[in-house]
Amino acid sequence: MSFFKRLKESVSKTTESVTQKFKDGLSKTSSSLVGAMDSVFSRNRIDEELFEELEDVLIGADVGVQTTMEIVDRLRSEVKQRKVKDPADLQPLLSEILVEMLQGDDRDTAMNLKADGLSIILFVGVNGVGKTTTIGKLAHQYRQEGKRVILAAGDTFRAGAIEQLEVWGERVGVDVIRHQAGSDPAAVIYDGIQAAKARGADILLCDTAGRLHSKVNLMEELKKVYRVIQREVPEAPHETLLVLDSTTGQNALQQAKWFNEATRLSGIVLTKMDGTAKGGIAVAIRRELSIPVKWIGLGEKLDDLQPFDAEQFVHALFVQAIEKEEEA
Amino acid sequence: MAFEGLSERLQSALSKLRGKGKVSESDVKAAMREVRLALLEADVNFKVVKDFVARVSERAVGQEVMKSLTPGQQVIKVVNEELTQLMGGQQSKLDLSSKPSVIMMVGLQGAGKTTTTGKLAHHLKKQNKHPLLVAGDVYRPAAIRQLEVLGDQIGLPVFSLGDQENPVEIAERGVAQAKEEGNDVVLIDTAGRLHVDETMMDELKAIREKVEPDEILLVVDAMTGQDAVNVAESFHQEMALTGVVLTKLDGDTRGGAALSVKSVTDCPVKFAGMGEKVDALEPFHPERMASRILGMGDVLTLIEKAEANVDEEKAKDLERKMRTQQFTFDDFLEQMDQVRNMGPLDELLGMMPGMGQMKGMKNLQVDEKQLTKVEAIIRSMTREEKQHPEVINASRRKRIAAGSGTTVQDVNRLIKQFSDMKKMMKRFSSMSKGKKKKGFGGGFKFPFMQ
Repeated sequence: MSFFKRLKESVSKTTESVTQKFKDGLSKTSSSLVGAMDSVFSRNRIDEELFEELEDVLIGADVGVQTTMEIVDRLRSEVKQRKVKDPADLQPLLSEILVEMLQGDDRDTAMNLKADGLSIILFVGVNGVGKTTTIGKLAHQYRQEGKRVILAAGDTFRAGAIEQLEVWGERVGVDVIRHQAGSDPAAVIYDGIQAAKARGADILLCDTAGRLHSKVNLMEELKKVYRVIQREVPEAPHETLLVLDSTTGQNALQQAKWFNEATRLSGIVLTKMDGTAKGGIAVAIRRELSIPVKWIGLGEKLDDLQPFDAEQFVHALFVQAIEKEEEA
Repeated sequence: MAFEGLSERLQSALSKLRGKGKVSESDVKAAMREVRLALLEADVNFKVVKDFVARVSERAVGQEVMKSLTPGQQVIKVVNEELTQLMGGQQSKLDLSSKPSVIMMVGLQGAGKTTTTGKLAHHLKKQNKHPLLVAGDVYRPAAIRQLEVLGDQIGLPVFSLGDQENPVEIAERGVAQAKEEGNDVVLIDTAGRLHVDETMMDELKAIREKVEPDEILLVVDAMTGQDAVNVAESFHQEMALTGVVLTKLDGDTRGGAALSVKSVTDCPVKFAGMGEKVDALEPFHPERMASRILGMGDVLTLIEKAEANVDEEKAKDLERKMRTQQFTFDDFLEQMDQVRNMGPLDELLGMMPGMGQMKGMKNLQVDEKQLTKVEAIIRSMTREEKQHPEVINASRRKRIAAGSGTTVQDVNRLIKQFSDMKKMMKRFSSMSKGKKKKGFGGGFKFPFMQ
């Protein structure tokens, strides 16, 4: 059975609306990939030129040089082993490799939250990736699930950041703990934790200022925030999520590496996937640092932030090829 | 420093050619393979990389290079020239001829439009312009507030109609107000949008038709990967851009976008944002950038920064003091302030030629906090101590440490460094009188380096 079929069956186990969301959100990504892929897979035979062209496509999707080499090498050996002759048969093989790489060793990309009692989620990342917006959307979803949510406005640096979070708080109907602009973020988070405990909240979402991972002082500041959370609630933060703009290139690896060193990341939120960005860097991060993608931003609406699902993701990318195969 | 990773890889790829009396075609080929990987890993668009490598290879194995006495150097020269060409050849300035000149900022979400609008306004203000900022981002919560805070910081007016008005209306009335009040530049901030979002792109076009901007600048995050060219291409098609501003080019971004955007869209990069502060925006000079990438430093920018931030009179005074050995802790403090005004120290160091290769300089972390510590120590000294450091004995050291919240070791270290520095100045001044000695004094380090 072709991997495409298996993929389709597996995907159909989740609800139709989720599949649709992935398909819609990734349609721009998919259609710009398809053009490039088509020219690769419609070649007459499988030869070195084909592999080279495929390398360009993958590098063009921000997968990165090393990860691309690994993918293409694996594809080469699969081709040899399974004696594949038709270039069209490479597509299911490639999608299989991608799913495998994105899933990594453990299939568990679910959020690690406490069934009862307070769970703390810390959001970190460079400037402009969408941390505050992500927090707003997640707050909305947890509210929908009936959870008590509190937001802590830990971005005390960027002009207007506190106000931005407050607007989200009003929109979603949750409390926002804030200090003055320019105050110590660790103190804001501390107050957030105290408020969350006192008000019996289920989830505390902690915003932090965007910072370049190469700025030592700012990373030290972040470590302090992390320490304060650990000190106040021993097993916290329950999740530390790196918010990553999917248009980011190879620099994302450095981001993941340094933020992981400062705060031990538990997952990644891949934002802005509704553009033409391919987000290939997620594959490289999974491969090199084994940090899983946990959420994916598929649009601007409140519920367009979806739990990441490698199969859904790859399915949506290859959806046109899959439909073609079915017709045939 | 910007382009760090790329710079390192390129230099190591090319170092094998440097100083070679003879360069074979296979030497060039091997070097170009590494150049190709270096560029790809820096997110330079893969098509651009292909063309670039082909062009350099062709020129490098050509007659003029192979037959020259220093072919290795010649190849590096070719790479430098082609890099410069790739980034647009020469600096491209803003067109500010109309009164008022209207500048429109566009881009994806999170690229840094609002921050850049503030930085650009600050830059123009320093050139004696009187910009008006127009808050046209009505979608992102508190974006208007952000621009207002920035306006406050740099002391410039912000025009806003709140977030219930139509952005087209806001832009139009903003320009009208600028005309009335005599502002000579209008900077219009717009909401971030995806280049594939037709309704939002139509809104930008409507603004363009109403206010007829002189400049439409696309703000691009320097960390953007291969998609940068798609984004720039679509914005250019829809909006007919006049230029690009690269943001977040500090830190370890490899800045591939800087190298791709111009050759794909033919829109020149006009500015580069290099830090968080409002003055961290630099005009983009392709030739200087190329030499920074190749580790040849950028002395021109350094000098310009110095000229803009250092008071000439004071500098002369300092120089005299250094020569005559009258340099005191007061002068030291003042000098430190002036250097700090020029920008983040690691950026400044990156502009020094050869800094990249210098031992121990590569992973140098300039800790600005260390500077604050030094400042605190000096400020805890009495006037006498500052003028005559030799009076500082053990009990004074203890007092200074207590007063500045540091340790006696910190104080000792600073005093030691200060006296080393004085000794070096002595050497320098005797050097400039006599014959020139080689090199920059041995293990000397500024106190803020670790």
